[in-house]
Amino acid sequence: MSFCVLLLIVIIISMVYFVASKGVANFVNGEVKVSEFLFGTKWSPEADTPSYGAFPFISGSFLVTLLAALIASPLSICAALFMTEIVPGWGKKLLQPVIELLSGIPSVVYGFVGLSVIVPFLRDTLPGQGIGVAAGALVLSVMILPTITSVAADALASLPQNLKESSFALGATRWQTISRVILPTTFPAIMTGVVLGMARAFGEALAVQMVIGNAPFVPHSLFESASTLTSVITLGMGNTTMGSPQNNALWSMALVLMLMTFVFVLLVRMLERRNKI
Amino acid sequence: MKPRTANKIATVVIVTFALLIVAILVSLLGYILIRGMSHISWDFLTSAPQKIRAGGGVGPQLFNSLFLLVLTLIITVPLGLGAGIFMAEYARPGKLTNFIRLVVEVLSSFPSIIVGLFGLLLIVNTFNLGFSLISGALALTFFNLPLMVRITEQAFRTVPKQQKEAGFALGLSKWKIVTSVLLPVALPTIITGTILSAGRVFGEAAALMFTAGMSSPRLDFSNWNPLSPSSPLNPFRPAETLAVHIWKVNSEGLAPDALQIAAGASAVLVLTVLIFNLAARYFGRFIYRKLTASKRMS
Repeated sequence: MSFCVLLLIVIIISMVYFVASKGVANFVNGEVKVSEFLFGTKWSPEADTPSYGAFPFISGSFLVTLLAALIASPLSICAALFMTEIVPGWGKKLLQPVIELLSGIPSVVYGFVGLSVIVPFLRDTLPGQGIGVAAGALVLSVMILPTITSVAADALASLPQNLKESSFALGATRWQTISRVILPTTFPAIMTGVVLGMARAFGEALAVQMVIGNAPFVPHSLFESASTLTSVITLGMGNTTMGSPQNNALWSMALVLMLMTFVFVLLVRMLERRNKI
Repeated sequence: MKPRTANKIATVVIVTFALLIVAILVSLLGYILIRGMSHISWDFLTSAPQKIRAGGGVGPQLFNSLFLLVLTLIITVPLGLGAGIFMAEYARPGKLTNFIRLVVEVLSSFPSIIVGLFGLLLIVNTFNLGFSLISGALALTFFNLPLMVRITEQAFRTVPKQQKEAGFALGLSKWKIVTSVLLPVALPTIITGTILSAGRVFGEAAALMFTAGMSSPRLDFSNWNPLSPSSPLNPFRPAETLAVHIWKVNSEGLAPDALQIAAGASAVLVLTVLIFNLAARYFGRFIYRKLTASKRMS
Protein backbone atom coordinates (compact mmCIF):
# COMPACT_ATOMS: atom_id res chain seq x y z
CA MET A 1 0.00 0.00 0.00
CA SER A 2 2.85 2.38 0.70
CA PHE A 3 3.94 1.49 -2.81
CA CYS A 4 0.72 2.90 -4.25
CA VAL A 5 1.21 6.16 -2.39
CA LEU A 6 4.85 6.29 -3.40
CA LEU A 7 3.79 5.83 -7.00
CA LEU A 8 1.55 8.89 -6.76
CA ILE A 9 4.46 10.99 -5.53
CA VAL A 10 6.76 9.63 -8.24
CA ILE A 11 4.15 10.43 -10.91
CA ILE A 12 3.71 14.02 -9.85
CA ILE A 13 7.41 14.72 -9.42
CA SER A 14 8.25 13.27 -12.82
CA MET A 15 5.33 15.14 -14.37
CA VAL A 16 6.56 18.47 -13.05
CA TYR A 17 10.14 17.61 -13.95
CA PHE A 18 9.45 16.50 -17.53
CA VAL A 19 7.12 19.33 -18.46
CA ALA A 20 9.35 21.93 -16.78
CA SER A 21 12.55 20.66 -18.39
CA LYS A 22 10.95 20.84 -21.83
CA GLY A 23 9.25 24.11 -21.03
CA VAL A 24 12.38 26.00 -20.11
CA ALA A 25 14.49 24.58 -22.98
CA ASN A 26 13.92 27.58 -25.21
CA PHE A 27 14.84 30.02 -22.45
CA VAL A 28 17.93 28.09 -21.38
CA ASN A 29 19.49 27.77 -24.82
CA GLY A 30 18.80 31.43 -25.53
CA GLU A 31 16.35 30.84 -28.37
CA VAL A 32 13.62 32.94 -26.79
CA LYS A 33 13.63 35.41 -23.90
CA VAL A 34 11.15 34.87 -21.09
CA SER A 35 9.83 38.41 -21.43
CA GLU A 36 9.43 38.00 -25.19
CA PHE A 37 7.52 34.76 -24.66
CA LEU A 38 5.22 36.12 -21.98
CA PHE A 39 4.51 39.57 -23.38
CA GLY A 40 5.33 39.35 -27.08
CA THR A 41 2.17 39.74 -29.13
CA LYS A 42 3.54 38.30 -32.35
CA TRP A 43 3.36 34.56 -32.91
CA SER A 44 4.98 33.68 -36.21
CA PRO A 45 7.22 30.64 -35.75
CA GLU A 46 7.53 29.97 -39.46
CA ALA A 47 8.71 33.46 -40.48
CA ASP A 48 12.32 34.12 -41.52
CA THR A 49 12.99 35.78 -38.20
CA PRO A 50 10.62 33.70 -36.08
CA SER A 51 9.02 35.27 -33.04
CA TYR A 52 7.44 33.33 -30.23
CA GLY A 53 5.21 35.77 -28.40
CA ALA A 54 2.57 33.82 -26.50
CA PHE A 55 0.71 36.80 -25.09
CA PRO A 56 -2.31 36.35 -27.42
CA PHE A 57 -2.79 32.82 -26.12
CA ILE A 58 -2.17 33.64 -22.46
CA SER A 59 -4.58 36.56 -22.60
CA GLY A 60 -7.09 34.45 -24.57
CA SER A 61 -7.04 31.78 -21.87
CA PHE A 62 -7.59 34.32 -19.12
CA LEU A 63 -10.29 36.11 -21.10
CA VAL A 64 -12.48 33.06 -21.78
CA THR A 65 -11.93 31.76 -18.25
CA LEU A 66 -13.00 35.01 -16.62
CA LEU A 67 -15.97 35.41 -18.94
CA ALA A 68 -17.09 31.84 -18.32
CA ALA A 69 -16.84 32.39 -14.56
CA LEU A 70 -18.82 35.63 -14.85
CA ILE A 71 -21.62 33.87 -16.74
CA ALA A 72 -21.66 30.67 -14.72
CA SER A 73 -21.25 31.99 -11.16
CA PRO A 74 -24.60 33.82 -10.79
CA LEU A 75 -26.45 30.92 -12.39
CA SER A 76 -24.73 28.37 -10.18
CA ILE A 77 -25.18 30.35 -6.97
CA CYS A 78 -28.88 30.78 -7.74
CA ALA A 79 -29.19 27.06 -8.43
CA ALA A 80 -27.48 26.28 -5.13
CA LEU A 81 -29.80 28.70 -3.28
CA PHE A 82 -32.76 27.10 -5.02
CA MET A 83 -31.67 23.65 -3.85
CA THR A 84 -30.95 24.60 -0.25
CA GLU A 85 -33.01 27.67 0.68
CA ILE A 86 -36.05 28.09 -1.56
CA VAL A 87 -37.37 24.56 -2.06
CA PRO A 88 -34.97 22.22 -0.24
CA GLY A 89 -37.14 19.17 -0.85
CA TRP A 90 -37.95 18.79 -4.50
CA GLY A 91 -35.47 21.46 -5.57
CA LYS A 92 -32.63 19.15 -4.61
CA LYS A 93 -34.36 16.17 -6.19
CA LEU A 94 -34.73 18.11 -9.42
CA LEU A 95 -31.33 19.78 -9.64
CA GLN A 96 -29.05 17.10 -8.21
CA PRO A 97 -29.42 14.71 -11.18
CA VAL A 98 -29.24 17.65 -13.59
CA ILE A 99 -25.91 18.73 -12.12
CA GLU A 100 -24.58 15.16 -12.15
CA LEU A 101 -25.58 14.65 -15.77
CA LEU A 102 -24.11 17.97 -16.86
CA SER A 103 -20.79 17.10 -15.26
CA GLY A 104 -20.85 13.67 -16.90
CA ILE A 105 -21.19 14.92 -20.47
CA PRO A 106 -17.78 14.61 -22.17
CA SER A 107 -16.05 17.80 -23.25
CA VAL A 108 -15.94 16.88 -26.94
CA VAL A 109 -19.72 16.64 -26.89
CA TYR A 110 -19.88 20.16 -25.46
CA GLY A 111 -17.59 21.22 -28.27
CA PHE A 112 -19.78 19.53 -30.86
CA VAL A 113 -22.95 21.17 -29.52
CA GLY A 114 -21.16 24.51 -29.35
CA LEU A 115 -20.07 24.12 -32.94
CA SER A 116 -23.47 23.11 -34.25
CA VAL A 117 -25.79 25.25 -32.08
CA ILE A 118 -24.06 28.20 -30.41
CA VAL A 119 -21.79 29.15 -33.32
CA PRO A 120 -24.59 29.31 -35.96
CA PHE A 121 -26.80 31.16 -33.47
CA LEU A 122 -24.12 33.79 -32.81
CA ARG A 123 -23.36 34.06 -36.52
CA ASP A 124 -27.02 34.80 -37.31
CA THR A 125 -27.78 37.19 -34.47
CA LEU A 126 -24.58 39.10 -33.78
CA PRO A 127 -21.69 40.54 -35.80
CA GLY A 128 -18.75 38.31 -36.59
CA GLN A 129 -18.53 34.77 -37.81
CA GLY A 130 -19.91 33.01 -34.78
CA ILE A 131 -16.70 31.31 -33.79
CA GLY A 132 -14.75 33.34 -31.29
CA VAL A 133 -14.34 34.37 -27.69
CA ALA A 134 -18.06 34.61 -26.97
CA ALA A 135 -18.77 31.10 -28.22
CA GLY A 136 -15.83 29.72 -26.23
CA ALA A 137 -16.93 31.47 -23.05
CA LEU A 138 -20.53 30.25 -23.44
CA VAL A 139 -19.48 26.63 -23.95
CA LEU A 140 -17.10 26.80 -21.00
CA SER A 141 -19.68 28.40 -18.75
CA VAL A 142 -22.05 25.46 -19.22
CA MET A 143 -19.17 23.09 -18.57
CA ILE A 144 -18.26 24.67 -15.24
CA LEU A 145 -21.85 25.10 -13.98
CA PRO A 146 -21.84 21.73 -12.17
CA THR A 147 -18.52 22.38 -10.43
CA ILE A 148 -19.58 25.71 -8.95
CA THR A 149 -23.12 24.59 -8.14
CA SER A 150 -22.16 21.47 -6.24
CA VAL A 151 -19.49 23.21 -4.16
CA ALA A 152 -21.82 26.14 -3.41
CA ALA A 153 -24.71 23.82 -2.52
CA ASP A 154 -22.49 21.86 -0.12
CA ALA A 155 -21.38 25.09 1.51
CA LEU A 156 -24.94 26.36 1.90
CA ALA A 157 -26.18 23.03 3.25
CA SER A 158 -23.47 22.88 5.91
CA LEU A 159 -24.35 26.32 7.27
CA PRO A 160 -25.55 26.11 10.91
CA GLN A 161 -29.34 26.32 11.07
CA ASN A 162 -29.46 28.73 14.01
CA LEU A 163 -27.87 31.52 11.95
CA LYS A 164 -30.80 31.44 9.59
CA GLU A 165 -33.37 30.97 12.31
CA SER A 166 -32.18 33.97 14.30
CA SER A 167 -32.34 36.10 11.18
CA PHE A 168 -35.91 34.99 10.49
CA ALA A 169 -36.76 35.57 14.15
CA LEU A 170 -35.73 39.21 13.74
CA GLY A 171 -38.37 39.50 11.04
CA ALA A 172 -36.03 39.49 8.07
CA THR A 173 -37.39 38.31 4.74
CA ARG A 174 -35.85 35.35 2.98
CA TRP A 175 -33.90 37.55 0.60
CA GLN A 176 -32.59 39.69 3.46
CA THR A 177 -31.45 36.54 5.21
CA ILE A 178 -29.82 35.21 2.06
CA SER A 179 -28.08 38.44 1.09
CA ARG A 180 -27.02 39.67 4.53
CA VAL A 181 -26.41 36.44 6.45
CA ILE A 182 -26.08 33.38 4.27
CA LEU A 183 -24.03 34.67 1.34
CA PRO A 184 -21.50 36.67 3.41
CA THR A 185 -20.85 33.71 5.75
CA THR A 186 -20.44 31.22 2.94
CA PHE A 187 -18.56 33.59 0.64
CA PRO A 188 -15.12 31.89 0.91
CA ALA A 189 -16.66 28.48 0.28
CA ILE A 190 -18.59 29.72 -2.74
CA MET A 191 -15.43 31.37 -4.05
CA THR A 192 -13.72 27.99 -3.71
CA GLY A 193 -16.28 26.64 -6.14
CA VAL A 194 -15.71 29.55 -8.51
CA VAL A 195 -11.95 29.02 -8.44
CA LEU A 196 -12.35 25.29 -9.06
CA GLY A 197 -14.61 26.09 -12.00
CA MET A 198 -12.07 28.56 -13.36
CA ALA A 199 -9.33 25.95 -13.03
CA ARG A 200 -11.42 23.59 -15.10
CA ALA A 201 -12.14 26.27 -17.70
CA PHE A 202 -8.50 27.28 -17.92
CA GLY A 203 -7.35 23.73 -18.61
CA GLU A 204 -10.15 22.70 -20.94
CA ALA A 205 -8.73 22.02 -24.36
CA LEU A 206 -10.88 20.42 -27.00
CA ALA A 207 -14.26 22.05 -26.48
CA VAL A 208 -12.68 25.51 -26.63
CA GLN A 209 -10.48 24.63 -29.56
CA MET A 210 -13.52 23.65 -31.59
CA VAL A 211 -15.39 26.96 -31.19
CA ILE A 212 -12.84 29.71 -30.58
CA GLY A 213 -11.46 30.01 -34.11
CA ASN A 214 -7.77 29.69 -33.24
CA ALA A 215 -6.45 32.93 -34.66
CA PRO A 216 -3.12 33.95 -33.12
CA PHE A 217 -4.12 37.52 -32.30
CA VAL A 218 -5.31 39.43 -29.27
CA PRO A 219 -9.04 39.85 -30.00
CA HIS A 220 -10.51 43.36 -30.20
CA SER A 221 -14.08 42.26 -29.57
CA LEU A 222 -15.87 39.29 -28.07
CA PHE A 223 -17.01 38.11 -31.46
CA GLU A 224 -13.55 37.80 -32.97
CA SER A 225 -11.56 34.59 -33.13
CA ALA A 226 -8.81 34.09 -30.64
CA SER A 227 -6.75 31.26 -29.22
CA THR A 228 -6.09 29.83 -25.81
CA LEU A 229 -2.97 28.08 -24.55
CA THR A 230 -4.73 24.75 -24.67
CA SER A 231 -6.09 25.19 -28.18
CA VAL A 232 -2.67 26.13 -29.57
CA ILE A 233 -1.04 23.15 -27.88
CA THR A 234 -3.74 20.80 -29.16
CA LEU A 235 -3.33 21.94 -32.74
CA GLY A 236 0.41 22.49 -32.78
CA MET A 237 1.89 19.58 -30.87
CA GLY A 238 1.24 17.01 -33.57
CA ASN A 239 2.50 19.19 -36.42
CA THR A 240 5.85 20.28 -35.06
CA THR A 241 9.01 18.25 -34.67
CA MET A 242 10.12 17.41 -31.16
CA GLY A 243 12.96 19.62 -30.03
CA SER A 244 12.43 22.44 -32.53
CA PRO A 245 12.11 25.94 -31.03
CA GLN A 246 8.46 26.05 -32.09
CA ASN A 247 7.75 22.76 -30.36
CA ASN A 248 9.62 23.90 -27.27
CA ALA A 249 7.54 27.08 -27.22
CA LEU A 250 4.44 24.87 -27.05
CA TRP A 251 5.98 23.09 -24.07
CA SER A 252 6.60 26.47 -22.45
CA MET A 253 2.86 27.09 -22.82
CA ALA A 254 2.21 23.74 -21.17
CA LEU A 255 4.46 24.89 -18.36
CA VAL A 256 2.40 28.08 -18.00
CA LEU A 257 -0.75 25.92 -17.79
CA MET A 258 0.87 23.78 -15.14
CA LEU A 259 1.97 26.79 -13.09
CA MET A 260 -1.55 28.18 -13.32
CA THR A 261 -2.86 24.88 -11.94
CA PHE A 262 -0.58 25.35 -8.94
CA VAL A 263 -1.91 28.89 -8.51
CA PHE A 264 -5.50 27.63 -8.58
CA VAL A 265 -4.75 24.87 -6.04
CA LEU A 266 -3.04 27.44 -3.82
CA LEU A 267 -6.03 29.78 -4.06
CA VAL A 268 -8.42 26.97 -3.15
CA ARG A 269 -6.28 26.08 -0.15
CA MET A 270 -6.20 29.70 1.02
CA LEU A 271 -9.95 30.03 0.67
CA GLU A 272 -10.51 26.79 2.56
CA ARG A 273 -8.33 28.00 5.38
CA ARG A 274 -10.34 31.22 5.60
CA ASN A 275 -13.50 29.19 5.57
CA LYS A 276 -12.52 27.27 8.71
CA ILE A 277 -12.31 30.31 10.96
CA MET B 1 -37.58 49.29 -2.27
CA LYS B 2 -39.67 47.52 0.32
CA PRO B 3 -38.04 44.38 1.72
CA ARG B 4 -41.07 42.33 0.67
CA THR B 5 -40.85 43.45 -2.93
CA ALA B 6 -37.11 42.81 -2.98
CA ASN B 7 -37.75 39.38 -1.55
CA LYS B 8 -40.28 38.57 -4.26
CA ILE B 9 -38.03 39.79 -7.05
CA ALA B 10 -35.05 37.86 -5.69
CA THR B 11 -37.08 34.67 -5.38
CA VAL B 12 -38.30 34.97 -8.94
CA VAL B 13 -34.74 35.57 -10.20
CA ILE B 14 -33.33 32.60 -8.28
CA VAL B 15 -36.09 30.26 -9.42
CA THR B 16 -35.71 31.41 -13.03
CA PHE B 17 -31.96 30.85 -13.04
CA ALA B 18 -32.33 27.42 -11.44
CA LEU B 19 -34.96 26.39 -13.99
CA LEU B 20 -32.75 27.83 -16.74
CA ILE B 21 -30.07 25.27 -15.80
CA VAL B 22 -32.64 22.49 -16.01
CA ALA B 23 -33.70 23.85 -19.40
CA ILE B 24 -30.08 23.91 -20.58
CA LEU B 25 -29.62 20.25 -19.67
CA VAL B 26 -32.92 19.15 -21.17
CA SER B 27 -32.28 20.95 -24.45
CA LEU B 28 -28.67 19.76 -24.52
CA LEU B 29 -29.60 16.11 -24.04
CA GLY B 30 -32.61 16.47 -26.30
CA TYR B 31 -30.54 18.02 -29.05
CA ILE B 32 -27.77 15.41 -28.87
CA LEU B 33 -30.12 12.44 -28.69
CA ILE B 34 -32.63 13.62 -31.31
CA ARG B 35 -29.91 14.71 -33.75
CA GLY B 36 -27.84 11.60 -33.12
CA MET B 37 -30.36 8.80 -32.68
CA SER B 38 -31.56 8.97 -36.26
CA HIS B 39 -28.02 8.26 -37.39
CA ILE B 40 -27.37 5.33 -35.07
CA SER B 41 -27.85 1.94 -36.63
CA TRP B 42 -26.21 -1.43 -36.23
CA ASP B 43 -24.15 -0.67 -39.31
CA PHE B 44 -22.99 2.67 -37.86
CA LEU B 45 -21.94 0.99 -34.61
CA THR B 46 -19.95 -1.78 -36.25
CA SER B 47 -18.50 -0.55 -39.54
CA ALA B 48 -15.16 1.20 -39.95
CA PRO B 49 -14.99 4.95 -40.59
CA GLN B 50 -14.59 6.36 -44.12
CA LYS B 51 -12.07 9.10 -44.83
CA ILE B 52 -13.61 10.89 -47.81
CA ARG B 53 -16.79 9.02 -48.71
CA ALA B 54 -20.02 9.18 -46.76
CA GLY B 55 -21.43 6.32 -44.72
CA GLY B 56 -18.59 5.57 -42.32
CA GLY B 57 -19.21 4.09 -38.89
CA VAL B 58 -17.50 4.10 -35.54
CA GLY B 59 -17.01 0.37 -34.89
CA PRO B 60 -13.28 0.27 -34.14
CA GLN B 61 -13.49 3.51 -32.14
CA LEU B 62 -16.25 2.13 -29.94
CA PHE B 63 -14.30 -1.07 -29.37
CA ASN B 64 -11.11 0.92 -28.61
CA SER B 65 -12.91 3.08 -26.06
CA LEU B 66 -14.28 0.06 -24.21
CA PHE B 67 -11.02 -1.89 -24.38
CA LEU B 68 -9.04 1.12 -23.16
CA LEU B 69 -11.49 1.53 -20.29
CA VAL B 70 -11.00 -2.10 -19.23
CA LEU B 71 -7.20 -1.80 -19.43
CA THR B 72 -7.27 1.42 -17.40
CA LEU B 73 -9.49 -0.06 -14.70
CA ILE B 74 -7.26 -3.13 -14.42
CA ILE B 75 -4.34 -0.82 -13.64
CA THR B 76 -6.04 1.88 -11.56
CA VAL B 77 -8.43 -0.07 -9.33
CA PRO B 78 -5.80 -2.02 -7.34
CA LEU B 79 -3.45 0.97 -7.12
CA GLY B 80 -6.23 3.37 -6.16
CA LEU B 81 -7.66 0.96 -3.57
CA GLY B 82 -4.23 0.49 -2.06
CA ALA B 83 -3.42 4.17 -1.82
CA GLY B 84 -6.94 5.06 -0.64
CA ILE B 85 -6.95 2.44 2.13
CA PHE B 86 -3.50 3.60 3.18
CA MET B 87 -4.69 7.21 3.37
CA ALA B 88 -7.86 6.34 5.28
CA GLU B 89 -6.61 3.72 7.74
CA TYR B 90 -2.83 3.67 8.00
CA ALA B 91 -1.47 7.16 7.37
CA ARG B 92 -0.86 9.09 10.56
CA PRO B 93 -1.71 12.77 10.43
CA GLY B 94 1.45 14.74 9.88
CA LYS B 95 3.56 16.56 7.34
CA LEU B 96 3.96 13.56 5.04
CA THR B 97 0.23 12.80 4.96
CA ASN B 98 -0.52 16.43 4.24
CA PHE B 99 1.98 16.35 1.42
CA ILE B 100 0.37 13.24 -0.07
CA ARG B 101 -3.01 14.90 0.17
CA LEU B 102 -1.62 17.92 -1.68
CA VAL B 103 -0.18 15.59 -4.32
CA VAL B 104 -3.56 13.95 -4.87
CA GLU B 105 -5.24 17.35 -5.06
CA VAL B 106 -2.75 18.78 -7.55
CA LEU B 107 -2.75 15.64 -9.65
CA SER B 108 -6.53 15.64 -9.89
CA SER B 109 -6.66 19.29 -10.89
CA PHE B 110 -4.09 19.04 -13.65
CA PRO B 111 -5.73 19.73 -17.00
CA SER B 112 -6.09 16.53 -18.99
CA ILE B 113 -4.03 17.97 -21.82
CA ILE B 114 -1.04 18.27 -19.46
CA VAL B 115 -1.51 14.61 -18.54
CA GLY B 116 -1.58 13.78 -22.24
CA LEU B 117 1.59 15.77 -22.93
CA PHE B 118 3.36 14.12 -20.02
CA GLY B 119 2.28 10.75 -21.40
CA LEU B 120 3.67 11.73 -24.80
CA LEU B 121 7.01 12.65 -23.28
CA LEU B 122 7.42 9.79 -20.82
CA ILE B 123 5.50 6.80 -22.14
CA VAL B 124 5.41 7.35 -25.87
CA ASN B 125 8.93 8.74 -26.34
CA THR B 126 11.08 7.82 -23.35
CA PHE B 127 9.67 4.34 -22.73
CA ASN B 128 9.26 3.98 -26.47
CA LEU B 129 5.81 2.43 -26.31
CA GLY B 130 4.65 4.57 -29.23
CA PHE B 131 1.08 5.64 -29.86
CA SER B 132 -0.63 2.59 -28.42
CA LEU B 133 -3.46 1.35 -26.26
CA ILE B 134 -1.07 0.67 -23.43
CA SER B 135 0.28 4.25 -23.55
CA GLY B 136 -3.29 5.53 -23.50
CA ALA B 137 -4.20 3.31 -20.57
CA LEU B 138 -1.16 4.52 -18.60
CA ALA B 139 -1.99 8.17 -19.31
CA LEU B 140 -5.56 7.54 -18.19
CA THR B 141 -4.11 5.96 -15.06
CA PHE B 142 -2.41 9.24 -14.13
CA PHE B 143 -5.71 10.91 -14.82
CA ASN B 144 -7.91 8.46 -12.94
CA LEU B 145 -5.70 7.45 -10.02
CA PRO B 146 -6.22 10.54 -7.82
CA LEU B 147 -9.96 10.13 -8.34
CA MET B 148 -9.85 6.47 -7.26
CA VAL B 149 -7.76 7.34 -4.20
CA ARG B 150 -10.24 9.98 -3.14
CA ILE B 151 -13.26 7.72 -3.72
CA THR B 152 -11.71 4.89 -1.70
CA GLU B 153 -10.61 7.15 1.11
CA GLN B 154 -14.04 8.76 1.40
CA ALA B 155 -15.81 5.40 1.26
CA PHE B 156 -13.67 4.12 4.13
CA ARG B 157 -14.18 7.25 6.17
CA THR B 158 -17.97 7.02 5.99
CA VAL B 159 -17.99 3.57 7.62
CA PRO B 160 -19.35 4.03 11.18
CA LYS B 161 -16.62 4.04 13.81
CA GLN B 162 -18.46 1.48 15.92
CA GLN B 163 -17.93 -1.20 13.27
CA LYS B 164 -14.19 -0.77 13.53
CA GLU B 165 -14.24 -0.60 17.31
CA ALA B 166 -16.32 -3.78 17.49
CA GLY B 167 -13.70 -5.48 15.35
CA PHE B 168 -10.90 -4.33 17.64
CA ALA B 169 -12.90 -5.46 20.67
CA LEU B 170 -13.06 -8.93 19.20
CA GLY B 171 -9.29 -8.91 18.98
CA LEU B 172 -9.06 -8.88 15.21
CA SER B 173 -5.92 -7.67 13.50
CA LYS B 174 -5.99 -4.37 11.65
CA TRP B 175 -5.63 -6.12 8.31
CA LYS B 176 -8.53 -8.43 9.11
CA ILE B 177 -10.71 -5.48 10.09
CA VAL B 178 -9.86 -3.65 6.88
CA THR B 179 -10.56 -6.61 4.62
CA SER B 180 -13.54 -8.26 6.31
CA VAL B 181 -15.29 -5.44 8.17
CA LEU B 182 -14.59 -2.14 6.49
CA LEU B 183 -14.13 -3.18 2.87
CA PRO B 184 -17.55 -4.87 2.47
CA VAL B 185 -19.30 -1.79 3.89
CA ALA B 186 -17.25 0.60 1.77
CA LEU B 187 -17.46 -1.50 -1.38
CA PRO B 188 -20.80 -0.23 -2.73
CA THR B 189 -19.58 3.38 -2.57
CA ILE B 190 -16.29 2.36 -4.18
CA ILE B 191 -18.04 0.51 -6.97
CA THR B 192 -20.41 3.40 -7.62
CA GLY B 193 -17.48 5.80 -7.69
CA THR B 194 -15.48 3.54 -9.98
CA ILE B 195 -18.27 3.25 -12.51
CA LEU B 196 -18.81 7.02 -12.44
CA SER B 197 -15.10 7.61 -12.96
CA ALA B 198 -15.23 5.07 -15.79
CA GLY B 199 -17.84 7.28 -17.44
CA ARG B 200 -15.43 10.19 -17.25
CA VAL B 201 -12.58 8.15 -18.67
CA PHE B 202 -14.82 6.98 -21.50
CA GLY B 203 -15.41 10.56 -22.59
CA GLU B 204 -11.83 11.70 -22.16
CA ALA B 205 -10.09 12.86 -25.31
CA ALA B 206 -7.37 15.44 -24.67
CA ALA B 207 -5.21 13.05 -22.66
CA LEU B 208 -5.52 10.38 -25.34
CA MET B 209 -4.74 12.36 -28.48
CA PHE B 210 -1.03 12.32 -27.73
CA THR B 211 -0.83 8.85 -26.18
CA ALA B 212 -3.29 6.40 -27.74
CA GLY B 213 -2.98 8.19 -31.05
CA MET B 214 -5.43 9.60 -33.54
CA SER B 215 -5.65 6.68 -35.93
CA SER B 216 -6.81 3.12 -35.83
CA PRO B 217 -5.25 0.40 -37.98
CA ARG B 218 -7.43 -1.94 -40.00
CA LEU B 219 -8.70 -4.44 -37.45
CA ASP B 220 -9.53 -8.05 -38.10
CA PHE B 221 -12.20 -8.99 -35.57
CA SER B 222 -11.73 -12.71 -36.21
CA ASN B 223 -8.11 -12.58 -35.11
CA TRP B 224 -7.95 -12.83 -31.34
CA ASN B 225 -4.21 -13.41 -31.02
CA PRO B 226 -3.09 -10.48 -28.84
CA LEU B 227 0.36 -10.36 -30.44
CA SER B 228 -0.74 -10.00 -34.04
CA PRO B 229 -0.68 -6.39 -35.30
CA SER B 230 -4.16 -6.51 -36.81
CA SER B 231 -5.76 -8.10 -33.76
CA PRO B 232 -8.17 -5.89 -31.82
CA LEU B 233 -6.71 -7.24 -28.57
CA ASN B 234 -3.12 -6.22 -29.31
CA PRO B 235 -2.29 -3.61 -26.64
CA PHE B 236 0.62 -2.19 -28.63
CA ARG B 237 -1.39 -0.91 -31.58
CA PRO B 238 -2.51 2.69 -31.98
CA ALA B 239 -6.13 3.24 -31.03
CA GLU B 240 -8.38 6.19 -31.72
CA THR B 241 -11.24 6.32 -29.22
CA LEU B 242 -14.78 7.51 -29.78
CA ALA B 243 -14.21 10.88 -28.08
CA VAL B 244 -11.04 11.56 -30.06
CA HIS B 245 -12.91 10.57 -33.21
CA ILE B 246 -15.63 13.13 -32.52
CA TRP B 247 -13.01 15.83 -32.10
CA LYS B 248 -11.20 14.80 -35.26
CA VAL B 249 -14.34 14.60 -37.37
CA ASN B 250 -15.44 18.04 -36.15
CA SER B 251 -12.13 19.79 -36.67
CA GLU B 252 -10.74 18.13 -39.76
CA GLY B 253 -13.35 15.70 -41.07
CA LEU B 254 -13.43 15.46 -44.83
CA ALA B 255 -16.36 13.09 -45.25
CA PRO B 256 -19.50 14.84 -46.58
CA ASP B 257 -21.56 13.50 -43.70
CA ALA B 258 -19.03 14.55 -41.03
CA LEU B 259 -21.63 16.46 -39.03
CA GLN B 260 -24.01 13.51 -38.94
CA ILE B 261 -21.19 11.21 -37.88
CA ALA B 262 -20.23 13.61 -35.11
CA ALA B 263 -23.89 13.78 -34.06
CA GLY B 264 -24.26 9.99 -34.05
CA ALA B 265 -21.00 9.43 -32.22
CA SER B 266 -21.87 12.12 -29.65
CA ALA B 267 -25.20 10.42 -29.02
CA VAL B 268 -23.46 7.08 -28.55
CA LEU B 269 -20.99 8.68 -26.15
CA VAL B 270 -23.67 10.44 -24.11
CA LEU B 271 -25.87 7.33 -24.01
CA THR B 272 -22.95 5.27 -22.76
CA VAL B 273 -22.20 7.81 -20.04
CA LEU B 274 -25.90 7.76 -19.06
CA ILE B 275 -25.80 3.97 -18.90
CA PHE B 276 -22.69 4.18 -16.69
CA ASN B 277 -24.57 6.56 -14.40
CA LEU B 278 -27.59 4.30 -14.08
CA ALA B 279 -25.43 1.20 -13.72
CA ALA B 280 -23.48 2.88 -10.93
CA ARG B 281 -26.65 3.49 -8.95
CA TYR B 282 -28.17 0.09 -9.55
CA PHE B 283 -24.97 -1.85 -9.00
CA GLY B 284 -24.07 -0.01 -5.80
CA ARG B 285 -27.48 -0.81 -4.34
CA PHE B 286 -27.28 -4.43 -5.50
CA ILE B 287 -23.84 -5.06 -3.96
CA TYR B 288 -24.87 -3.33 -0.76
CA ARG B 289 -27.82 -5.71 -0.35
CA LYS B 290 -25.64 -8.71 -1.17
CA LEU B 291 -22.90 -7.88 1.28
CA THR B 292 -24.72 -6.47 4.26
CA ALA B 293 -28.04 -8.33 4.40
CA SER B 294 -29.74 -4.97 4.67
CA LYS B 295 -32.88 -4.21 2.74
CA ARG B 296 -32.45 -0.52 2.14
CA MET B 297 -29.72 1.81 1.02
CA SER B 298 -29.42 5.17 2.69
